[in-house]
Amino acid sequence: MVDVTIVQPPALPRRRLLTDLLANPKVLFGGGFILMLVLLAIFAPWIAPRDPIEQDLMLGTLPPVGLPGAEPGYYLGTDDLGRDVLSRLIHGSRVALTVAFIAASLAALVGAMLGLLAGWYGGWVDAVVSRLVDIWMAFPPVLLSILLVAILGSGIHSVVAAIVIIDWTRFCRVVRAETMAQASMDYVTAARTIGFPRFTILMREILPNVAPVLIALMSLEMGIAVIVEAILSFVGLSVASGTPTWGGMIAQGRQIIHHGWWVLAFPLLTLFATVLAFNQLGDGLRRVIDPVMRR
Amino acid sequence: MSLLSIKNLSAVSDRDGGAPILRSVSLELRPGETLGLVGESGAGKSTISKAVLGMLPRTVRITGGTAVFCGRDLLGLSSRELRKITGSEITLIPQDPMTALNPGRRIESQLTDGLRLKRGMSSDEARRIGLELLEEVHIREPERVMRAYPHELSGGMRQRVLIAAAFAMDPKLVVADEPTTALDVTVQKQILRLIRAMQARHGTSVIFVTHDLGVVAQICDRVTLLYGGMVVEAGATKEIMECPRHPYMQALLAAGPRYDRPDRKLAPVPESIFAGLREELASFDRRETRNG
Amino acid sequence: MADTLLSASSIEVVYGAVHKIKVLHGIDLTIAKGETLGIVGESGSGKTTLGRALLRLVDVAKGTITFDGMDITHLGDGAMRPLRRRMQMIFQDPMSSLNPRHSIRQILTGPLLLHGLATDRRDADRQASQVIERVGLPLVSLDRNPHELSGGQRQRVGIARAVVMRPDFVLADEVVSGLDVSTQAQVLSLIGELSREMGLAVAFISHDLSVIRAICDRVMVLQGGRIVEEGACSSVFDAPRSDYTRTLLDAIPLPDPMPGWLEG
Repeated sequence: MVDVTIVQPPALPRRRLLTDLLANPKVLFGGGFILMLVLLAIFAPWIAPRDPIEQDLMLGTLPPVGLPGAEPGYYLGTDDLGRDVLSRLIHGSRVALTVAFIAASLAALVGAMLGLLAGWYGGWVDAVVSRLVDIWMAFPPVLLSILLVAILGSGIHSVVAAIVIIDWTRFCRVVRAETMAQASMDYVTAARTIGFPRFTILMREILPNVAPVLIALMSLEMGIAVIVEAILSFVGLSVASGTPTWGGMIAQGRQIIHHGWWVLAFPLLTLFATVLAFNQLGDGLRRVIDPVMRR
Repeated sequence: MSLLSIKNLSAVSDRDGGAPILRSVSLELRPGETLGLVGESGAGKSTISKAVLGMLPRTVRITGGTAVFCGRDLLGLSSRELRKITGSEITLIPQDPMTALNPGRRIESQLTDGLRLKRGMSSDEARRIGLELLEEVHIREPERVMRAYPHELSGGMRQRVLIAAAFAMDPKLVVADEPTTALDVTVQKQILRLIRAMQARHGTSVIFVTHDLGVVAQICDRVTLLYGGMVVEAGATKEIMECPRHPYMQALLAAGPRYDRPDRKLAPVPESIFAGLREELASFDRRETRNG
Repeated sequence: MADTLLSASSIEVVYGAVHKIKVLHGIDLTIAKGETLGIVGESGSGKTTLGRALLRLVDVAKGTITFDGMDITHLGDGAMRPLRRRMQMIFQDPMSSLNPRHSIRQILTGPLLLHGLATDRRDADRQASQVIERVGLPLVSLDRNPHELSGGQRQRVGIARAVVMRPDFVLADEVVSGLDVSTQAQVLSLIGELSREMGLAVAFISHDLSVIRAICDRVMVLQGGRIVEEGACSSVFDAPRSDYTRTLLDAIPLPDPMPGWLEG
């Protein structure tokens, strides 16, 4: 034991994950915006200045505050039925976020499970899953979702189901490829020489290394789910017409675009910002969580 | 008269909070000479070669010194002026022949890029010179290789193509960045022999970056040993190999196992030598802060 | 050799289901208890495949592999598991062979707990601490992740993982080719010491004949999936019988300027 010198590891402070997350501008912007939306959605009845479905035809198509003819208290104006645009936007985030979180999580769960199994076990498991994905992806997605909701009946459950049924393939493909890439690494061979059972290797060694990609993809998927929900609302296939949704607002705004552009513009802008925020958050998370990319 | 003269070159890394990566490095290269740049990882040898080639990453900032090549300071040139020199008067033989060639383009177009773009030759003319070059680097069936894509060639063949490309412009200086590290020993020997022959024929100077003291001993006229971005030892190869002055050089020569000396015990570089080197770096940095 | 631990007889390995490529053409070898066998060859010689076949990481098409008197050629995963503790591996690239998301502690205690070599987590921790100190790393390394260590330190962790279960046989595949010269000698002498202390049999795969000579008792030279020469280091190095071995030796540049070496 003589000639082995003790070498101190470099004095590298172990950075905390949270401070790293907060130091990343993409996470900060994207996450901050999403967090704000979540709070708005949860406390909508208390935050929204008015009742989102209360109509007052006397106050129809009021412009946003600051423009001639605006009424105080209706910050973003009203639609042709006199409903407050700001309050409807705030309430609309409830449907958007519920669909985003539930649909993306379920799609990720189904897709990742199949992707992990296909990528790790290969052979007939991989053959079956891969063919299934190929066939699945041959259907045009928007058409398929409209068809599905038409069959399942409208409502938030159907919207979630349609998104999961269509988008699990996205997770499956990416996770399968990533699993195969990780499986070829020497640390997996090392786990085999140690004698870990195959399923243990998948869960203990591979899954944690696939997680960063999975999380990033989930964040992207939430953005996609928000759009799909808006499309379905736009064509009137989402939740009941009484509940405010961004897609529904866009559809309604489209009809009165010439004398009330704000009814279309604000939900469109909100939709845009939300999807952008999810994408930025996903990209930032992947960079921060991945220990190899972090260096 | 030296071809390249680097004086007191210092650089810091902006990524690591301004940590020094070159500490007042000076070296001279005479025409036709081969200079070995040796050191372990992080010694700064590739930073020097990248500075000469004008390929420093954005995170590296030069803080002082000059690198005069044929009367012009490479560090003071605009990127436009620098581009005229690098790739024609100074060229590179890269480390990894597997990734240095574009997999989607035929050898012909990659080999003759410089001739067509920088010398303004017609494709026919460039092709003729390309064929000559391939013959010069002992590639059989040059016609076939010209038409081939990189994946159709072995690692040794690709390295020959890259050497041909490096000498295509008749450069005054070739920077060989660990050109044989990825190759088998038998191929390595052929490649070293080839570089030597090409250099003699074209009268080129070579900066040979390597970590292998054996390669240095066989191919370099002079050698500069670096540690932590500082020159530890420099001189004629024969003198340094036979009687190294710096304890670090002595320890490195003793640490490498040799098949012809079975009786020699494995002798890892003692920690005291690294402590001594770290002290040298620290006292250099203290002097710098005091002066600057 | 009376005390044979691992032996292979005329093993062949074939890659590819459709375009079959034979990588090993009938290799015979024996490794005695406590012996270090060097396996040398250039790229494409089949040395890496041979190592992986010995550990049953790739399947052999023909031939048999025997470990401690037991035929392991066709054992399934479950039947191999108890033997896995006894045959370990050190990898070429310590970065990719250590899971980037596990701490060094997890990397070392996982195998102990799996094979029931530690009574509980505390005991596994204690054994991990012992082995990490033995390979010359400070105890704080246990709570680091691989990317927070230097290349040489990672390779020590790789060695620690291989010996923490007290195996009888270790396969070392190009373990120093990615390391600096000064670190190389440290890692080599560590492997040498451990094999003496623990009575380990080692198959030491390398392309570098100088490294082989520094730590092996016997050496086997492979070319194109066949054994070209085999014997005690002293005889193979000092009086090589095969032309190929001689070419390999001549191609090694030694750190003494030898005018004419390049042309020879």
